[in-house]
Order: sequence, then C-alpha cells, then structure tokens
Amino acid sequence: MSFSDKLSRWDLKVSPYLYISPFFILFVIVGLFPIAYTAVISFQEWDLVRNTGEFVGFQQYIWILGQEQFWVALRNTFSIFILSSVPQIILALFIAAMLDRNIRAKTFWRMSVLLPFVMAPVAVALIFSNLFGDNHGLVNTVLTNWGLPAIPWHKNPFWSHIAIATMVNFRWTGYNALILLAAMQAVPREYYEAATVDGAGPFRQFWSITLPSLRPTLIFVIITSTIGGLQIFDEPRMYDQEGNGGADQQWLTITLYLYRIGWGEFNFGRAAALAWILFLIIMVIGLINLAITRRLVRDEGGRGVVRTSRRKKGAVQ
Amino acid sequence: MSAISTPPLAVVEDNLPNDGRRRRNQRTTRIRGTRPGFWVYAGLGVVIVSAIFPYYWSFLIGSGDASTLNDPNMSWIPGGNFIANALTVVNNEAVNFWPALWNSIFSSTVIAASVVVFSTLAGWAFAKLHFRGSKGLLIFVVATLAVPTQLGVVPLYILFSDLGWTGQIGAIIVPALTSAFGVFWMTQYLSQTVPDELIEAARVDGASMLRTFWTVGVVAARPAAAMLFLFTFVGAWNQFFWPFIVLDRQSPTLPVALSLLQSNYFVDYSIVLAGVLLATIPLLILFAFAGKQLVSGIMAGAVKG
Repeated sequence: MSFSDKLSRWDLKVSPYLYISPFFILFVIVGLFPIAYTAVISFQEWDLVRNTGEFVGFQQYIWILGQEQFWVALRNTFSIFILSSVPQIILALFIAAMLDRNIRAKTFWRMSVLLPFVMAPVAVALIFSNLFGDNHGLVNTVLTNWGLPAIPWHKNPFWSHIAIATMVNFRWTGYNALILLAAMQAVPREYYEAATVDGAGPFRQFWSITLPSLRPTLIFVIITSTIGGLQIFDEPRMYDQEGNGGADQQWLTITLYLYRIGWGEFNFGRAAALAWILFLIIMVIGLINLAITRRLVRDEGGRGVVRTSRRKKGAVQ
Repeated sequence: MSAISTPPLAVVEDNLPNDGRRRRNQRTTRIRGTRPGFWVYAGLGVVIVSAIFPYYWSFLIGSGDASTLNDPNMSWIPGGNFIANALTVVNNEAVNFWPALWNSIFSSTVIAASVVVFSTLAGWAFAKLHFRGSKGLLIFVVATLAVPTQLGVVPLYILFSDLGWTGQIGAIIVPALTSAFGVFWMTQYLSQTVPDELIEAARVDGASMLRTFWTVGVVAARPAAAMLFLFTFVGAWNQFFWPFIVLDRQSPTLPVALSLLQSNYFVDYSIVLAGVLLATIPLLILFAFAGKQLVSGIMAGAVKG
C-alpha cells in the first residue's frame, strides 16, 4: 500500500471525528458539564465566599417544595402557559389556514405575520405593560369609554396572567402559523379535490384532512411551546417596575423565583435544586402533551408509506 | 446556553435535486382553487393590524411627551418628540445605549457565525460521512434540545465568576458558540440535498475529505447556512435571561439596557417607549432586508407529514 493510499484511508477514518469534535468539545464544556454540575450543586449548601459546597442531601429540594411561593409560582407558570399556548396554537391554525388559500401577495402577508417575532421579548413586555396599565393604560381607557369597568391588570392574578399571555401570543402566533402553513402546503391537493367531489364543506375538510395531516407538526409546535412556556421569564420580569412578580406574587413564575433565589439571595444550592425541579416538570408536561396530542388528532391523515405501520399501531391503542 | 430561539426540526423539501420528490412537491403546492373571498383578506388584515399595532403604539407614545398618556383626548397622530426622546435614552448614563448596541451587534454576529461554522462541519459529518457511533451521537444531540436554559445557569455563573468573566461580553458569547439545533438543522438539510454519488465521484477523483467538504458540502449548505445565521442572530440578539444575570450595568446588551429603562429613573413612558423602538430598529432593518429568507427558513423548517 502506497503512502498516499494510507493517507487517504486515514483521512476517511479520522475526518468525521475531526469535523464533529469542535462542536462536541464546546458542547461538553458549556452545555453538558453545567447540567451535570447543577445536579451536584443542588445537593449542596453552597458557600459563596469559599466557592465550594457542603453536601446536604435532598435538603434543598425539600426546602423548595416546602415554600408556599414555589407553589404559587408553579400555579402562575401553568396558568400563563395554558393561557398563552392554547389560544396561540388555535389562532395560528386559523392564520395558517387563511395563508394556505390562494391569496395575492403571499410573501407580503407571510412577512407581516412574522413581524412581531423580531421584537425582543423585553421590548414586547415594555410595550404591553404600558397598554395594560391599571390607571392610564390604553386597554382600560377603551373599556371605561365603553362604559365597562376597568380591569385590575396588575392586582388580580388571573388578569395579570392574561396580560402576560398576550405578550407571549403576540410574539409567537405568527411564527407558529408559518410552521403550520409549511406543513399544510405539503398536504396533497388531490385529497381536497376528492373531498369536494364527495360534498365535504371547507370546515369538514379542515377537520378531516388538514388537521390529521398536521399531526407531527402540531406535536412539534406543542412540545416546543411547552419547553419555552414553562421557562417564561422575560415578560413577567418586565411586567412592572420592581420585577419581583407582583406585590403578592401574582405573576411570579418558576424562573423568576429561580432568579430571585439564585441572584437575589445568592443561594446557589437552592437555585440549582429549583432548576432540576423545573426540568422534571417540563419533561413530565412534555410527555403528557405528547400523549394528549396524539390522542386528540388522530393520524388518519398519515398516508405516507412510512406511516402505515404507525397508523396500525395507533389503531390498537 | 443554546436557548437561542430555535426554528423547528428541519425536513427541508425545497431545492431537492431528487426528481421524484420535486415532482410530488410541484403537484402538492399547486394552487388550490380560486382566489379566496373578501373575508380571508379581512381576517389577515386584522392579524396584521395587531402585529403592527405595538410598533405603532411605541412610536405614538415615544413621539409624545409625558403628558400624552394622561391626556383623555389623546391624538392618534404621532407628535414631534421622537428624536428628542430617543436622544434622552441615548445620552442617559444609566442606560449605556451605545456600548449595549455594540455588544449586541458584536455578540450576535460572533455567535451566529460560530454556530454556522460548527454546525456545518458537524452536520456534514453526520449527514454524509459514515462513522461509528454517528447515529447515537446525533440522537444524543437532539435530545439535549429539550433541556431548559435554567439547568446550566448556576454552574456557568460560578465558572465565569471564577474566571473573572462576569460583566464581560465573552460570558454571553462562549456558552452560545455551538447549538445542538444548528447541528440537527444542517444534518437534515445536507442529508437531503447532497446525493451520495457526488461525494463518491469526488473521492474517486482523488479529493481529500476536507476538499470534498469544501467544494461539495459548503457550497450545498449555503442556503441553510444563511437561514441558520439569521435565526441564531435574532435569537442571540433577543436573549435576556442569561445576559441579565451575568452582565453588569456598564456593559449590557440591548435587551438588558432596555430593562433598565423600566426603573425609577424613567417613569416617563414616552422615553421608555422611544427607547424600546430605538432598540428594535436594528432588527427591523435586518428584517426588511432578510425577512424573506427568515420566512422561507421557517417555512422550510416544519416537520412535514
């Protein structure tokens, strides 16, 4: 074997690892190591001065679970998450369905729908917390002009959640609509033609053809909005001037609470434990959502070759 | 901290050289029916008005003065104070606007460029080079996408304060230099765009692996790289949680600087909202030039059924 052959074989063998190594080296240092180390810290009483910890077992977890504020934050996080993700996905579906029609100036509409996505969540939060001002906010001004009572957007937990969910919906609905639109455009048009021939109206077509075909995309959208929604921080943090989640923790979320413990009280052991609790919650809710979505949107629309086996399995369930 | 906002799992179906696929694609995207009626445009019109309204509102208030908001007969026509209000923000020492602008531009550019380079390299290896453990490693990378940002924040902070990096822009750049999503995006794109025959032909012609990557891989990856760059850039620009923790008030990024506007210094909303719009303008300009790409990136990124 000549030298160049040897070189070439060596090249073939080693190159792939060389190409992935920069990613993995960085990934291990700034991604994996911190995650693992969070687990270690969560079992410690962290000493800021000496920058080491003392092992305390599950004490930090027990402390957190015993805090009333944790449960309030958990409630708020769920409430805001549901108020933002549910209307958002339904609305995104409708917008996508409208964009999926044969409209004029497609690119213009698509770009306009995405416009909110480029605004920083902090900016969105500042604008909307102005709109939802208790005294002089535009929304309350309009309501009182119509003879309706002003809404306590900051004092009342539920209404504060609505206001924060609105910020989330503003930023993400168009983005999700475009993802759903992409999936809609992949549905073969023959199905609609056949359905029209069979006398199915637009609503029936949407329900029986479009929605089932969107299942994988819907699952994706729901899982990502679960991961993002349960971590919400920017909007509640900026909802008032103090950034503490309200005088009575009306809109204190888990991440806001984590920030408060970690960088308000500088208790890293507890913050790490809370981070792990949040992670477990996200995993559980993600799995529950996966199951719900798979059940709700039946996969009768899966028509690809690949899908046949999965559809059969679904039928057994 | 790969919590850069991520476009969805990519099954890119545009630009496919594969003939059968393309034919199917043309058929499926063919125009459905006739032009829709008035109500579709009306519906979309409502959506767009609500998308633009917050921008307009911040300009309306930002161009007025402190009394505008409390004025019961508030006008819907912007006032003439926008530049004056913007200057108040820019010149205020507590906000550090110019350093923040520079930090945002610098960090977002470095992060996006680095993510594109590392993702293209790794994506090429995963998509087109056969090596032991590739499948398992890729699954592992994708699985980490579900891990929340918060999970790594405490040790990273400890690490960076040990290094004396808190307050330094490096502390927000380094954790974001790679992105698991980017690797996955590139893997998907390249595995569907580049036919294996092309690589074999290059090998037969005696091209080294690096040469093949450069002449075949990088060229094919360009459209996907552009989208990945845009997404990562926007995501890095808007990042708040980690910069807010690790940066100090002297060297913020724009979102952190914005958060300082809502403090007791600035109860005057005309100044707050002028600042908000001012800080949004750079991304609006980017969107005006590259919005089409961004849209097609999202459109291409859906998991198609």
